[in-house]
Amino acid sequence: MDDAMNEGARETGQAPVPALAVDPLLDDPSVRIVVCCGSGGVGKTTTAAALGLRAAERGRRAVVLTIDPARRLAQSMGLTELDNVPRPVPGADRSAGGELFAMMLDMKRTFDEIVEAHSDPARARAILDNPFYQSLSAGFAGTQEYMAMEKLGQLAARDTWDLIVVDTPPSRSALDFLDAPQRLGSFLDGRFIRVLMGPAKAGGRAGRKVMSLGMAGLSLFTGTLGKVLGTALLRDVQTFVAAMDTMFGGFRARADATYRLLQAGGTAFLVVAAPERDALREAAYFVDRLKADRMPLAGLVLNRVGTSAASRLSAERALAAAEVLDAKNLASNGIVDHPAGDDASRSGRRSPEDHSPAAPGGSDAPAKTGDDASDRLAAALLRVHAERMRQLAREERTRARFTALHPEVPVVEVPALPGDVHDLAGLRAIGERLAGRGDQPTFA
Amino acid sequence: MSASGNPGIGPATRLHVVSGKGGTGKTTVAAALALALADEGRRTLLVEVEGRQGIAQLFETEALPYAERRIAIGPGGGEVFALAIDAEQALLDYLQMFYKLGGAGRALRRIGAIDFATTVAPGLRDVLLTGKVCEAVRRRGKDGADWAYDAVVLDAPPTGRVARFLGVNHEVAGLARVGPIHHQAQAVMRVLTSPETAVHLVTLLEEMPVQETADGVAELRAAELPVGAVVVNMVRAAERLDIPLPERDPGLAAALGRAGLRGATRLAGPLLAQGREYAQRLALERAQRAELAGLGRPVRELPLLGEGADLAGLYRLARRLREFDWAGGA
Repeated sequence: MDDAMNEGARETGQAPVPALAVDPLLDDPSVRIVVCCGSGGVGKTTTAAALGLRAAERGRRAVVLTIDPARRLAQSMGLTELDNVPRPVPGADRSAGGELFAMMLDMKRTFDEIVEAHSDPARARAILDNPFYQSLSAGFAGTQEYMAMEKLGQLAARDTWDLIVVDTPPSRSALDFLDAPQRLGSFLDGRFIRVLMGPAKAGGRAGRKVMSLGMAGLSLFTGTLGKVLGTALLRDVQTFVAAMDTMFGGFRARADATYRLLQAGGTAFLVVAAPERDALREAAYFVDRLKADRMPLAGLVLNRVGTSAASRLSAERALAAAEVLDAKNLASNGIVDHPAGDDASRSGRRSPEDHSPAAPGGSDAPAKTGDDASDRLAAALLRVHAERMRQLAREERTRARFTALHPEVPVVEVPALPGDVHDLAGLRAIGERLAGRGDQPTFA
Repeated sequence: MSASGNPGIGPATRLHVVSGKGGTGKTTVAAALALALADEGRRTLLVEVEGRQGIAQLFETEALPYAERRIAIGPGGGEVFALAIDAEQALLDYLQMFYKLGGAGRALRRIGAIDFATTVAPGLRDVLLTGKVCEAVRRRGKDGADWAYDAVVLDAPPTGRVARFLGVNHEVAGLARVGPIHHQAQAVMRVLTSPETAVHLVTLLEEMPVQETADGVAELRAAELPVGAVVVNMVRAAERLDIPLPERDPGLAAALGRAGLRGATRLAGPLLAQGREYAQRLALERAQRAELAGLGRPVRELPLLGEGADLAGLYRLARRLREFDWAGGA
């Protein structure tokens, strides 16, 4: 049924999905920023690292900006210190004239650096010592997005690298960082910040009274805030906001500039997903969102795609053949070597007719011991194959839903590796597969 | 695994916080757990806080409003309610509840104060979300004697952020050293660190999620938050491969031929290679299971749903979860 359709699904579908050519993208000197976005757990960071490595080994001076990578992946790129500075990655092949750098975003450090760069020492001290600032910068929800935007702007402003590969923060929506300028803007343009800052500028409690004289309405708010927050906290908030005012303004201008940079021709967005329902649903959302923001989408990277070098053999045929061998085994030994697998997936699925494949050859000959062993091996391998073909069919169906929604989005499939990646060789192998040059499925 | 001595679905644990690395299916597990805990005559509340409408998608209903509404009946016969907490609404609620600030609340919104509180101000958003969850946990039923909900299941932020998310009130209690916020934050922390709460971590049998789970357990313990069970999701039914896999088997092609397959000689190599990859994966999974067992928490395994987490699959998971006990903590 569905399993048997697997192979034909691509042909029976609508127009073929355009292929995403990764190497031309990485080689294009006008492409200066590649942003990888996608939901958590789809191999986004690994994809970013593999793209950076491949670009570097093809001659570009690339830097990978990652946010909170898994420890082993960080180690694979030689990122042992979290010092917020791009570090050269030892072991990347430099023979093509390129070089690879990698850095892990340190939110607090990035934040502190902005404060130090944009205020005089006394004011910087006041901000850095403020307890409110200290918890903000330590990384509550949202801070990562601002800081990723800021760091990307900083890296882009320097001429040190000709390609920046960005791994977006693992937030609910990895595109939240696109909202950063706007969110800050609505806050900074609002009256609230003026309400908060008024009293602080005029000096604490006394200031609040002064302000309430002129603006009767506003005293309600500060009074309310005092009640809600407690006076001491309100004072901390006011000091903090006042001190940050100038800095926030500059930050917003820079975030706006980075936003426009992302919309410009030198940027390519890659949506990363795995062939699973949730991941592809998120991917569809990202594609829509990028369109709405007029961000240049290069295509979809579909990670961990199952492949089989024997995909001509359907799950049904494989299982039927395994049954034949089981029956022979039973006949010759009186033992059923029947694996106990997932009852729901196998029993009840097949009808008795399916059990009979084309005439088994040579079944009359008395079985020898060596043949028995080979039969058992063959039966086991056929069941493993059937399971894989079912998985492939599931992936294909999941994928078809995405393709139906977005037939125009170019796709590159990255065949699954048996294990996780923890070194440059692993990243290189992923890079090969991204470029469509890994060991491709061949058909038996 | 059940040697942990947990005495069945106990009355002690009433707040089940479900976290996990992205992509492990924590929303699905949270929903299945809410269904599983809804025994005859019991009510559970399933809460989401990330504005993703994941619950509505799972239960194939319209987007959830900021209101508790019944969305399902659990396989045990009890009612499951759902709530998508919206930080802004929670803040207005909070202002109304504690300060009777209906009108002023709206004014605060007009001048951007609510925006500030829910998006820019450090941690306030998380304070509001956890505060609302704890309010539901502590709420009394209509008769005043029983709890409004026998259990509350929270679809929490991912493992990397969950300790900070739950610990936010601790931090806030430090920032606001006196006053109503201080008291509120402390009250929330009391619930979250009590035996009433258990934080379950969802993982897959893969290296990175398992590593992140181990890190998460350590972080939660450091924050003195009660770690519940480790839920291994999407476990694939393993074909038993308990026969030795040779490098090559000269008889394999003939055996495939005997099974009636054409082109058997060309199949033998690829099938054997697939078998070896499969054995490699099983070995990796065994190693991950051992790693998880070493965390000292009960481990629960859930099967991979072939067709994704549709409603039927969700109930299948719920029935499976009912076979385990969910008294975390102790």
